[in-house]
Amino acid sequence: MPKRTDIKKILVIGSGPIIIGQAAEFDYAGTQACQSLMEEGYEVILINSNPATIMTDESVADRVYIEPLTLDFVSRIIRQEQPDGILATLGGQTGLNLAVELSESGILDEYGVELLGTDLDAIQKAEDRELFRTLMNDLNEPVPPSDIVQTLEGALKFVEEIGYPVIVRPAYTLGGSGGGLVYNEEQLREIVTGGLHQSPVNQCLIEKSIAGFKEVEYEVMRDANDQAIVVCNMENIDPVGIHTGDSIVVAPSQTLTDREYQILRNSSLKIIRALGIEGGCNVQCALDPYSENYYIIEVNPRVSRSSALASKATGYPIAKLSAKIAVGYHLDECKNPITETTYASFEPALDYVVTKIPRWPFDKFDSANRKLGTQMKATGEVMAIGRNLPESLLKAIRSTEVDLNHIRFSKKLDISHEELRKRLIEADDERLILVAEAFRLGYDIEELFDMTKIDRYFLYQIKRIIVMENDLVNSGWDEESVRDAKALGFSDNEIASLLKSTVQEVEAFREKHNIYPVYKMVDTCAAEFASETPYYYGTYEDENESKLTAKESVVVLGSGPIRIGQGIEFDYATVHTVKAIQEAGYEAIIINNNPETVSTDFQISDKLYFEPLTVEDVMHVINQENPIGVIVQFGGQTALNLASDLEERGVKLLGTSLENMDRAENRDKFEHTLMELDIPQPEGKTATSVKEAVDIANSIGYPVLVRPSYVLGGRAMEIVYNEQDLLKYMDRAVKVNEKHPVLIDRYLTGKEIEVDAISDGETVVIPGIMEHIERAGVHSGDSIAVYPSQNVSNSLKKQLIDYTIRLARGFNIIGLLNIQFVIHRNEIYVLEVNPRSSRTVPFLSKITGVNMANIATKAILGNSLTSQGFETGCLPEPELVSVKVPVFSFAKLRSVDITLGPEMKSTGEVMGRDYTLEKALYKGLIASGMKIPTHGSVLFTIADKDKDEAMQLAKRFHRIGYHLLATEGTAKTIMEENIPVTTVSKIGGPSPDMLDVIEGGQVQYIINTLTKGKQVARDGFRIRREAVEHGVVCLTSMDTAEALLRVMEMITFSAEAMGQETLMKKGSFV
Amino acid sequence: MKRLLVLENGEVFVGKGIGSERERDGEVVFNTGMTGYQEVMSDPSYCGQIVTMTYPLIGNYGINRDDFESIIPNIHGLIVKEASAYPSHFRSKLSLDEWLKHFDIPGIEGIDTRKLTRMIRENGTLKGRICSSEVNVDEVVSHLKEIPFPTDQVSRVSTKTRFVNPGTKERVVLIDYGVKKGIVKNLVAEGYEVMVVPHNTTADEIRLFQPDGIVLSNGPGDPKDVPECIETVKALIGEVPIFGICLGHQLLALACGAETVKMKFGHRGSNHPVKDLRTGQIAITAQNHGYTVHADSIAETNLEVTHVNVNDGSIEGIRHKEELAFSVQYHPEASPGPEDAQNLFKEFREMLEAARKGFTHA
Repeated sequence: MPKRTDIKKILVIGSGPIIIGQAAEFDYAGTQACQSLMEEGYEVILINSNPATIMTDESVADRVYIEPLTLDFVSRIIRQEQPDGILATLGGQTGLNLAVELSESGILDEYGVELLGTDLDAIQKAEDRELFRTLMNDLNEPVPPSDIVQTLEGALKFVEEIGYPVIVRPAYTLGGSGGGLVYNEEQLREIVTGGLHQSPVNQCLIEKSIAGFKEVEYEVMRDANDQAIVVCNMENIDPVGIHTGDSIVVAPSQTLTDREYQILRNSSLKIIRALGIEGGCNVQCALDPYSENYYIIEVNPRVSRSSALASKATGYPIAKLSAKIAVGYHLDECKNPITETTYASFEPALDYVVTKIPRWPFDKFDSANRKLGTQMKATGEVMAIGRNLPESLLKAIRSTEVDLNHIRFSKKLDISHEELRKRLIEADDERLILVAEAFRLGYDIEELFDMTKIDRYFLYQIKRIIVMENDLVNSGWDEESVRDAKALGFSDNEIASLLKSTVQEVEAFREKHNIYPVYKMVDTCAAEFASETPYYYGTYEDENESKLTAKESVVVLGSGPIRIGQGIEFDYATVHTVKAIQEAGYEAIIINNNPETVSTDFQISDKLYFEPLTVEDVMHVINQENPIGVIVQFGGQTALNLASDLEERGVKLLGTSLENMDRAENRDKFEHTLMELDIPQPEGKTATSVKEAVDIANSIGYPVLVRPSYVLGGRAMEIVYNEQDLLKYMDRAVKVNEKHPVLIDRYLTGKEIEVDAISDGETVVIPGIMEHIERAGVHSGDSIAVYPSQNVSNSLKKQLIDYTIRLARGFNIIGLLNIQFVIHRNEIYVLEVNPRSSRTVPFLSKITGVNMANIATKAILGNSLTSQGFETGCLPEPELVSVKVPVFSFAKLRSVDITLGPEMKSTGEVMGRDYTLEKALYKGLIASGMKIPTHGSVLFTIADKDKDEAMQLAKRFHRIGYHLLATEGTAKTIMEENIPVTTVSKIGGPSPDMLDVIEGGQVQYIINTLTKGKQVARDGFRIRREAVEHGVVCLTSMDTAEALLRVMEMITFSAEAMGQETLMKKGSFV
Repeated sequence: MKRLLVLENGEVFVGKGIGSERERDGEVVFNTGMTGYQEVMSDPSYCGQIVTMTYPLIGNYGINRDDFESIIPNIHGLIVKEASAYPSHFRSKLSLDEWLKHFDIPGIEGIDTRKLTRMIRENGTLKGRICSSEVNVDEVVSHLKEIPFPTDQVSRVSTKTRFVNPGTKERVVLIDYGVKKGIVKNLVAEGYEVMVVPHNTTADEIRLFQPDGIVLSNGPGDPKDVPECIETVKALIGEVPIFGICLGHQLLALACGAETVKMKFGHRGSNHPVKDLRTGQIAITAQNHGYTVHADSIAETNLEVTHVNVNDGSIEGIRHKEELAFSVQYHPEASPGPEDAQNLFKEFREMLEAARKGFTHA
């Protein structure tokens, strides 16, 4: 059936901010969906709260709303736009939940809006545990047997039926505490008895454990004509027990026989048909490694992270086709966009193996619990393609950018056998590497299988790598061995270290023997049909399929996996760079390794190389393509870090020169340049030893800001208040030496200002000046940014503009730059100059309408800013106020401290925009997931240094009718102000203590600034974590609290007796 | 051990030997299935061919005792990118290499199989030889150019004697041109008494069994190589319901006066979409054929096209307009491959029931 003509206008729901479990894959899905619907001539309305996305570009839909994804705001847009249909299955869980809410609220019926794609019934059947189990039973599809018991006898009886091992989960306990895996009756008695006691409702869920089963996923598609196909299946190297988002995954499955493959395929198709899904769907199965028994674990009735991976792994664009199906097309009516000759109703055949490795945030959160389990912890992922498994795996490992060139720790492993065994059994983020290390220590496949339950096939593939290492060491500089090692995916770095040589020598050896990769095409059909799509991966084979064209080309380096500090905003910039290069008449070639993103959609660039972003892999592509140059400034730190090595190898860097980038990054050169330009910066120096650090700190005076040079997202950056803490920091956080100096700066409190600008060397265009709500000291990525700035005087603004222009010229910036200033006692100081695209570029581009990445790219390619219609200076400020609010994923990361500081912790952002700052803030905070109740209680636990400020806040909370709770010291101060307050005791004190009131749901907000001092800090940490676990808003910055108060004051009416002061004195920004 | 794959066009691929050290010629074809190498290698329709698996990692789950499509494999060689030396599966009994050695089948690994596949796609299937690295390549090439394609594959793989798989329902005679075990299994599962007869069994001999239905099996090679089989089918059309699969489909077409032609490189794999023109439904099918029924030749016959390939439009299924006979080019029995087309066995059952009730027309 061709497309439907009874619907004209479609509302597409995005997925909102990037959080753990919901990342860039939905920007990719949403962008594809919108484009696909626009192609068909529908009027597309998009709503998403995340400004850092391609999908919220004005060109992606007919109208884009960057508004909170809540029932309230989406309903508003439905009333305003009156769409005919709504497409929610491409917006992740957020989209799905909203669809359910909208439908239940009745607004869809009221306005006659049809839910397109998958209907509500199917969503509920897949999402609701009981409905899902019923459906599976009806279909005769096995699910792990489970039961809810209320007595020990009940548990014993049930386990008698289903057999050990079982998982016991007490109901409603925090983070599932009190439960566990049970292997025998003795353990069952103990755990169930304890669990029943701990559970407030005296219930335990008992489920048959299938830990150790193979975990296999099927990505399936179905159309309204009931045609259903499997796009791809994937096998987790980590067996059942670790969240699939935290598992290392290969595609296609490697250890399934055809019979097993078909059994699970049949089940997946049966399920998608029974649910009546129209579009994409993901079915997760568990397969017994010792029989053909299987269980269905979960069904996602929508496109997902796995479908983005499957799309990139096969070349089959699931989201795009899901959108077409949603408007009535059948699969056999849609062309396969890769081959352009075959149709979408077929199942891709791969002739390579794909490996996905998650990217975890533990490099930033060293205190976090690194154990992997059913709660996903990764922020992003990488994918690699190879013709054998070791190649695919090693390419993926070096793509993760966690300081690994190989399946080997960069430092020598110093670990006892006992510890090693423990970590192999319990599984943390480093298990893959530990398996390799265990092989090196002489463990064999069977031992490792016993500990890890990783299929022997995969263990053997890892062992091949270790065998190759030994062969190479034994054979030395032997052509055949080096060739074999390269074919298995070894990096030059690893070969050099095995041969006790240098990368340069390996490069020379390979040149002499002509050992280079070729590029193969990802074509969905294993070469059966000719294909036009320029999507390539490198491998050591015979035939090269990548052909040069006559057009001049430019290579753009992407930003790799999404991580804290380097998020989707760099992918946004990358995509716009590609478009600008094409508009300027060049061929745009992209190298990237992140399967979630828009930039790795093979229809974005002229050529896509899905490769690791290392010097070696990038140089291979450059040698293949011979571009006029490489653009590094849009790919975040990933790309910038490659700049000097690339230039060393004769590659032309386009845009700001390496020398100038170094002047901005290198502390001494930076200081020198600033002195030359006569622009002040906080006093500071570089230390290369601990003693030097102490001396510097003493000379400039505490508090000081310390950090390693060349950092991303404020990693390991801290404010240090005394020598003792400094020494601790130097010991814990950094290994200081000549090569890795530490920067020590005076910490200036004050308003932080952020400016993004474009420069062509002469003309400097400043789209806008942003002001941060939180004072300097909180990482800019974790601060609420406001545009236009609200509290900066015109004279200071003029000075900021002047500084920006001088800095851009002084550093000879060609392209983008980002500057952070602090205003301390009415003086402007420069904190840093980043000669690259920044986190705020998409935000600012969207609200000012200046497509910064595009304009900067054209400037880099030689179109002066004047020729593009700009002149030096700052653009006029708009009437609307916009705020960028950070979003955190603390609920997913246990034992991470949520206190805001110089180290970035947020995973994503949302935007709020309205006619006043308070309204914009309200939207931003709501969009970030904060609930803003207009009455309730607020708990103050405040450090002495903050008490004065806190009293201002306490008064205002009281005035809007909030009840105040505080610990003894704080309470006393509050009482002195004649404000009623309830005293609660410190943790462990007489009841009720602070934890009691949090657990009891008696507080709506917590304002907590206890971070220093031993016991206090520990209590502060406990409180903050408890707040996260109980979903209570906990603010650790006075500034954020003040902003929230302003919002609450706006939405609350005051009720005051006559005769009293009725004008509320507005608090001002600090 | 270094081994060569020499092709008739003069191309030489250097790889490593697996399996037997024997040198053999064959038509080099490729299969795009990502699982099911054991079924493919033992499928009699590949008789005389050297099979390239486009998926690079083959042998991962080893060779087990159950998943064979025939007792003795008839492929002349196997080409893979990488043969797993460490198979892992609870049913695995042998490694790929061990199994190939056991049946004296030569193989080669470590060559650029994608390059080879693209070459076949561009040139059509090529004759080739897996041989020692010591050979004189020019001699091998001229030998390959000279040798004709074999024409006796059906007689090589067909059963020599008749045998019965007992069942309680209708009697079905299955003419074995190189039948896959999967077809027998499906017919037995339907409850039929399945009498398997050699390919050259005459119509009169078949009539003696008084079958309720006849299934024409899959098999290797060019259907025109077995003219006597075409005659047999021609004689039986209209007497009992007939269901043809793959080679059986081509024989039915020829028996009805249609034409078959050799395809450039055929369809071999587990992902071919086929559209049922009667319902509009698509099935993803397993296929293995190098010949096809010529579309233009159907017009002159009593046949109608029921199924077409979504990708290239080629004929995938036909039905006799007046008699109870139909056939498909693909494999409803799958093994290996998707089981989307199982309903064809139901269609055959319906046909048998229709015949029993006395309908003589479709």
